[in-house]
Amino acid sequence: MPDAPRTLGDLALEVRSKNAGPFWMTLEAFMPDDQTYRIADALITAELISELYQVPSASVQLFRIPDLRVVKASFPRPITQGSLHDRDMHAGQHHVPLANVLCP
Amino acid sequence: MPDQSGPPDSVGILVPTGMLGGGFSPETITRGLCLGADVIAVDGGSTDSGPYYLGAGVAKTADRAVRRDLRLLLAAASSARIPLIVGSCGTGGTDSGVNWVADIADAICAEDGLDLTVAKIFSEQPADHLLPLLEAERIHALPPSEALDAATLRRCAHIVGMMGHEPIEQALRAGADVVLAGRTTDTAVSAAFALMRGMPPGPTWHAAKIIECGGQCTTSPAAGGVFARIDHRGFTIEPLDPDTACTPASVAAHMLYETVNPYTMREPGGTIEVAGARYTAIDERTVRVEGSRFEPAGQYTVKLEGAAVSGYETVSFTGIRDPQILRSIDEWAESFTKALTGRVETVLELAPGSWGADLRLYGYNAILGELETEPATPAEVGVMLLISAQNQQTATEISKLANPLLLHLPLPTMNYLPSFAFATSPAHIDRGAAYEFVLNHVVDVDSPTEMFRLEMEPGHA
Repeated sequence: MPDAPRTLGDLALEVRSKNAGPFWMTLEAFMPDDQTYRIADALITAELISELYQVPSASVQLFRIPDLRVVKASFPRPITQGSLHDRDMHAGQHHVPLANVLCP
Repeated sequence: MPDQSGPPDSVGILVPTGMLGGGFSPETITRGLCLGADVIAVDGGSTDSGPYYLGAGVAKTADRAVRRDLRLLLAAASSARIPLIVGSCGTGGTDSGVNWVADIADAICAEDGLDLTVAKIFSEQPADHLLPLLEAERIHALPPSEALDAATLRRCAHIVGMMGHEPIEQALRAGADVVLAGRTTDTAVSAAFALMRGMPPGPTWHAAKIIECGGQCTTSPAAGGVFARIDHRGFTIEPLDPDTACTPASVAAHMLYETVNPYTMREPGGTIEVAGARYTAIDERTVRVEGSRFEPAGQYTVKLEGAAVSGYETVSFTGIRDPQILRSIDEWAESFTKALTGRVETVLELAPGSWGADLRLYGYNAILGELETEPATPAEVGVMLLISAQNQQTATEISKLANPLLLHLPLPTMNYLPSFAFATSPAHIDRGAAYEFVLNHVVDVDSPTEMFRLEMEPGHA
């Protein structure tokens, strides 16, 4: 029986997002084991973040932390916190596009 | 009084909660004092809830909640004869925030007969004081912001400088039992006393970063406070709730929280470097950390935060349940924006750039907007219209023009007027001034204390 499509969010312990100060946003994928960490590590690139969040890939900082099985991505907030068009004051719901990415 | 006998072997820091007013159990304090706390440190603010609190100079936390927490902390500081340090008073760290917390502290000391010397440290920076520094090219942008101009400084309703540990240490050395500080780096609140007592900067700053959010570094972040003991080689950390644990992963992972870079963090006087830190479990709920470093910077810098009025806002809310509209909700939104823009131009004769609208379709794509890839047809949608204008009267007027559209706007293909579900009467709420963060800059200073003003009040009893 073929497996159902798996998203990064399905595999992860947690995928989360948050402000890192008013001008930056940061995303983290916490993976449960080395195998799923390797999947996340290969999947999450500056190009992927650039495409999902419509930010320049050169502005994305990536941190790969095998000891914690975490991949972290930070980039300048396209919309400054609290401005008229900011709909997510704490950037706490912006993990969803990353969590919805299908894993190979 | 400053100890004349040289540095102690270790300094214990009690952090009862991530935010003054956040609440904690009295047992949290009892437990921390039993572990030999040498200081109580607690954060009172943050930018995380947005620019309003700094811009308006009011606190996010409730008066009664701050009063309740402060009463327990002042009693503990008094009975154990250890200092209490509160950073970023009143959320934004404005002078009004420091005075607000100080007034509460004074009232409690008077009511409870506590004889404590309270120091206030003000961190607000008038634009007039900063303009010569801008002129002298001593103010620099942090990424991703651009160079500062004088007009931006003058626009700010409030500007604060983020103090390091030095102004707090100055107050403690002058005899303060309680230090109520304006805007302070989250870490300096916890680091100040340990640094003053001669603990090494690497472990001290790293420990301060880990404990700044209280229980966030534990396996049960909602459970409350933490206790860190810093010594000459590293630090150990444990939760104050006996049923909660710190694990190497929960402690190490806290460096990820709300940080751009999990390995290095800039403080006013240098950089915390934790790439070489080793986290080991001492027992099932206590973690030992060694190998953290602090690299002093060539230039001491004070970060500025500033909030300016971005406009005056009115918010309106209506609900749509009709499946026919919901199947074409993008088309409806486009039609709405076009109709409102036309009405504003013809009735109010406002120039296009002088006002703004944000139409949010909650239940459809409000939160992620264009980042939402394939939103499904929703069962119902909450339509929020946020209007921004140069004064409140105009924002209200625009919202009144929007009202019939939020009630009746049909799809272009419909030949009758639907009626939508207003949630309240009136359907709009004036929000008053709205603010935006406009500073992300640092000032080169000659002295860590020169931008901050210390006021001491002797005890009451």
